[in-house]
Amino acid sequence: MSVQIKANGDMIGRAVPRIDGRLKVTGAACYPSDVVLDDTAHAFLVMSTIARGRISALDLTEAQAVDGVIDILTYENTKGKVHKVRFFALGGYTSTSIVPLDTRKIWHDGQIIAMVVAETFEAAREAAYMIRVDYMERRAVSGLDGRKPQPRAAAGFLSSEPGVGDPETAYQEADVKIDAYYSTPAQHHNAIELYATTCAWSGDQLTVYESSQYVYGLKNGVAKQLGIRPERVRAVSPFVGGAFGSKAAITPRTALVAIAAKRLGRPVKLVATRQQGFTVSSYRAETQHHIKLGADRSGRLTSLSHEGWEISSRADDYKVAGTDTTSLLYACPNVATHVNIVHADRSTPGFMRSPAEVPYMFALESAMDELAVKLRMDPVELRRLNDTQIDPINQKPFSSRSLIACYDRAAAAFGWAKRNPEPGSMQDRDWLIGWGCATACYPTNIGPAEVRVTLAPNGKARVRTAGHDLGTGAYTAIALTAAEFLGIPLEDVNVELGDSSLPPAPVAGGSNATASICNAVAHACEDIRERLARAASHEGALRGVDPAVIRLREGMLVGADKSEPLKSALLRIGFGPVEGHAKYTPEVASVPIKLLGHTLLSKGIPVLTVGTSAGNHVQYAFGAEFVEVRVHKRTREIRVPRLVGAFAAGRIVSPITARSQLLGALIWGVASALHEETEIDERVARYVNKDLADYMIPVSADIRDVEVILVPEEDNKVNALGIKGVGELGNVGTNAAIANAVYHATGRRIRNLPIRMEDLL
Amino acid sequence: MRPFSYERAHDLASAIRAASHQADAPLHAPIQFLAGGTTLLDLMKIDVMRPDRVIDINPLEKTFSEITVTPMGLRLGALARMSAVAHHPAVEREYPVVSQALKLGASAQLRNMASLGGNVLQRTRCSYFRDTSWHECNKRDPGSGCAALQGLNRKHAILGTSEHCIATYPGDFAQALIALDAAVEIAGAKGNREVPFRTLHKLPGDTPHIETSLATGEIIVSFHIPAGAYARRSLYLKVRDRESYEFASASAAVALDLADGVVREARIALGGVATIPWRAVEAEDVLKGTMLDEVRARVAAEAAFAGARTFGGNDFKPELGRRTLVRALLEAAALEIR
Repeated sequence: MSVQIKANGDMIGRAVPRIDGRLKVTGAACYPSDVVLDDTAHAFLVMSTIARGRISALDLTEAQAVDGVIDILTYENTKGKVHKVRFFALGGYTSTSIVPLDTRKIWHDGQIIAMVVAETFEAAREAAYMIRVDYMERRAVSGLDGRKPQPRAAAGFLSSEPGVGDPETAYQEADVKIDAYYSTPAQHHNAIELYATTCAWSGDQLTVYESSQYVYGLKNGVAKQLGIRPERVRAVSPFVGGAFGSKAAITPRTALVAIAAKRLGRPVKLVATRQQGFTVSSYRAETQHHIKLGADRSGRLTSLSHEGWEISSRADDYKVAGTDTTSLLYACPNVATHVNIVHADRSTPGFMRSPAEVPYMFALESAMDELAVKLRMDPVELRRLNDTQIDPINQKPFSSRSLIACYDRAAAAFGWAKRNPEPGSMQDRDWLIGWGCATACYPTNIGPAEVRVTLAPNGKARVRTAGHDLGTGAYTAIALTAAEFLGIPLEDVNVELGDSSLPPAPVAGGSNATASICNAVAHACEDIRERLARAASHEGALRGVDPAVIRLREGMLVGADKSEPLKSALLRIGFGPVEGHAKYTPEVASVPIKLLGHTLLSKGIPVLTVGTSAGNHVQYAFGAEFVEVRVHKRTREIRVPRLVGAFAAGRIVSPITARSQLLGALIWGVASALHEETEIDERVARYVNKDLADYMIPVSADIRDVEVILVPEEDNKVNALGIKGVGELGNVGTNAAIANAVYHATGRRIRNLPIRMEDLL
Repeated sequence: MRPFSYERAHDLASAIRAASHQADAPLHAPIQFLAGGTTLLDLMKIDVMRPDRVIDINPLEKTFSEITVTPMGLRLGALARMSAVAHHPAVEREYPVVSQALKLGASAQLRNMASLGGNVLQRTRCSYFRDTSWHECNKRDPGSGCAALQGLNRKHAILGTSEHCIATYPGDFAQALIALDAAVEIAGAKGNREVPFRTLHKLPGDTPHIETSLATGEIIVSFHIPAGAYARRSLYLKVRDRESYEFASASAAVALDLADGVVREARIALGGVATIPWRAVEAEDVLKGTMLDEVRARVAAEAAFAGARTFGGNDFKPELGRRTLVRALLEAAALEIR
């Protein structure tokens, strides 16, 4: 579709409160975990307590005797019932290649080994505690530090191992060098809405109520797992209580709930506990990094090497390979990258907010700060000197890149000029003060999307697409876009999302949703405008006016100083509402996506054009983050009283919800630097801190001043509306900014996250 | 959670009668008292505690929640809520360490529910204790071993440990009580008895499943904190990984009686580092009769942790504990007392 789309900016960019906010704060929004159907039976999972081995015996006698127990699914009665479906990272649907309840084999701690179904949740839980399991246990390996598993060259998912020039020679010849190792811990999403699923059959028709980032993936994937046609499955997820990547691929629980519901002939509901959630879905695996930087005396980078090690399960080759980003961030003529997967007795990791950038940018942005220190140079000036508008690997231009504008805006707001660069030089009574900064960036991803928009003679519009609002503000951004292009008030737009009976939309991942869906909405509205304009140019007030100049404005058709009410224009071409339909394919998509994108989309297979695959340019959003840390002189508690982030991400459709996303992301960045870590008992490859008391995140008292600055940026190359997406931009680099600030406060360079008081004693 | 019967106590005597004559140590007994429920219900949900009967003593709250301040000292009913005591003006003024220890515990919601009696009996946060899928836990299952000794033990104790258990006593309020030589009044089948608070908690030794000297059926009814010249110059310092809703990595309850910078009497208790509420008598002795300054505080802190033993993950704790105590002593000495 080559329709010219131009936003007037009447509605897009308007600061309006979240349109679904009232529903959420009053409890009227029905999340999938709120769904209670008549005659529902309740399920409770039983998880393995070893990480490697086999089940030698399962004794269900006591559990079956519990009052109210109806059914217990184990490998004995479920083997072969769930078909193996391809891992999502290989173009499939599932979060793991391990088929649930298929064998006695145990791949990881917390693997589902049984599911009890009972009349009540309480009875199911009680019976689950009474199942006796005997194992043949084998020695398990937990990960990178465990028993030195052999690193293995990675198979090619997403990463191309970018490189250019001769980094080794350039490093040898460099005036100033940094050579350091960094690491990040395992982390879990811990969305507040737990992993909940209700399945209900009506004849051979299955409805799945499940908190999801991808209802089309859920529908198609579960259909494949159950061996039924996708048309027989409907996935419903109108609201999502947090996801962060954990609800994108299908977890093993869903098919089991569907099978139980079929066996019993009644709906079955499962709510996995917080503890079980640590292995029901995916997580961010721990990473290690080796960075070598070379620079000349002026600070210009001459050599960059970045090697990463990542954990995956024995079942899958998953990696995030953030070297795609770190290799093109700065102007450097000699670059080498490599990523290794280390297989361990763990569940399969997966997407977690800025999967690649959070760990890999921590390493690079820490190293850049170390380089600035060695050069005795201001870290902002080091970034300025090495900024580039050309991707150094492929020599393609950035579609737009406002990194330095972000640094300047954020530095001014922060008061960076008052910083004394000497470590430990700034104090407030018993507290050492440290100021640090780092770069944030995230690729601009976009995918095909299909949208239907109807406009009724009363001026009310309905937008329908199977997108998702993860709390991100998607409802609001989509409504603003429709209001803009239909020329009607925001409150007259009704948006329906999160249901696979709606037209297909991409996975809500990779921060693509606003760009993909809003462009599709614009096209669907354009479809309506065009039809109304064409008809109006033949008769009525706008007769003879060129349809191309006719616009929808304030409930009217307007053009050439003439106007006509919407109602009469609509009734001219039919009796009821008129429907606009768009199958939007990104302008930057490759030829295969242009040809096959919508077919794959309808099958629930993600087809995104990513930052480095957008034809003649690379597309990224950028930001700069500044933090203040305080470290107590004696006891070394670390606190973060102040964060300032400036971000440029093309056109901002919904400024209030975009700001909220960035605010939350900065706070998450604090967590990623100082708090979050999934603790693993390496002796047995098992997690030990599986609740929100022990898996630490900041509490309100930890967060004081957080300032978000939206830096204006126009980009007409990324897509017609110039949208880049902000969801995953804000928590990139925050961890490095904090580590850099800790160095500034104490003179101690901490290269392993999270940073704890004992690192500074 | 397993099925259990729930009943409400109408008077103290019948509650005690109902719960006496149980064979097990009180914390494992099949009959449990329910006050704020912030520990018991938690542990029941995760299957660590499995009582048959739960006797709700909240109907007795009116009788047992009084806060009385007299020249002789402070008397606190065991069913008083943490928040009520923490914000009581006389407690804040006369016994700052008590008020602060309570305010720094848990979260506002928990403090509104939790009773003082339940607070001092709260159970360890050791992950291996709280997750029944770990087979080794001498506290949960006597004789099964201790997974924390060789496992993840960053949060574990360095004082008062044994080869059978290194679980940390998690509370804060108990440190204030033990520092101020509080007494605890206990009601039981044979009537009431008042004993020093320091005798309530028992070192793990080879019986870590026996955590207190309470007999079955006994209920804590009140705490008595005697007045002392040191009480007003007191504070509770809690050092932790985040600003709130987090247990201490190290804490210190400190009360000082100073005359021209010379310590007439010092009371010190340590939290987050020991298996029980920990009185640091050795440190008190070091300070008595000396000028309190940085060097002296450091000597006292060395004495307090002389017996520390670490287990890998908590190797940093002796130094953190010493620094915490030094900071607490110096901050207490610097307080302006009106």
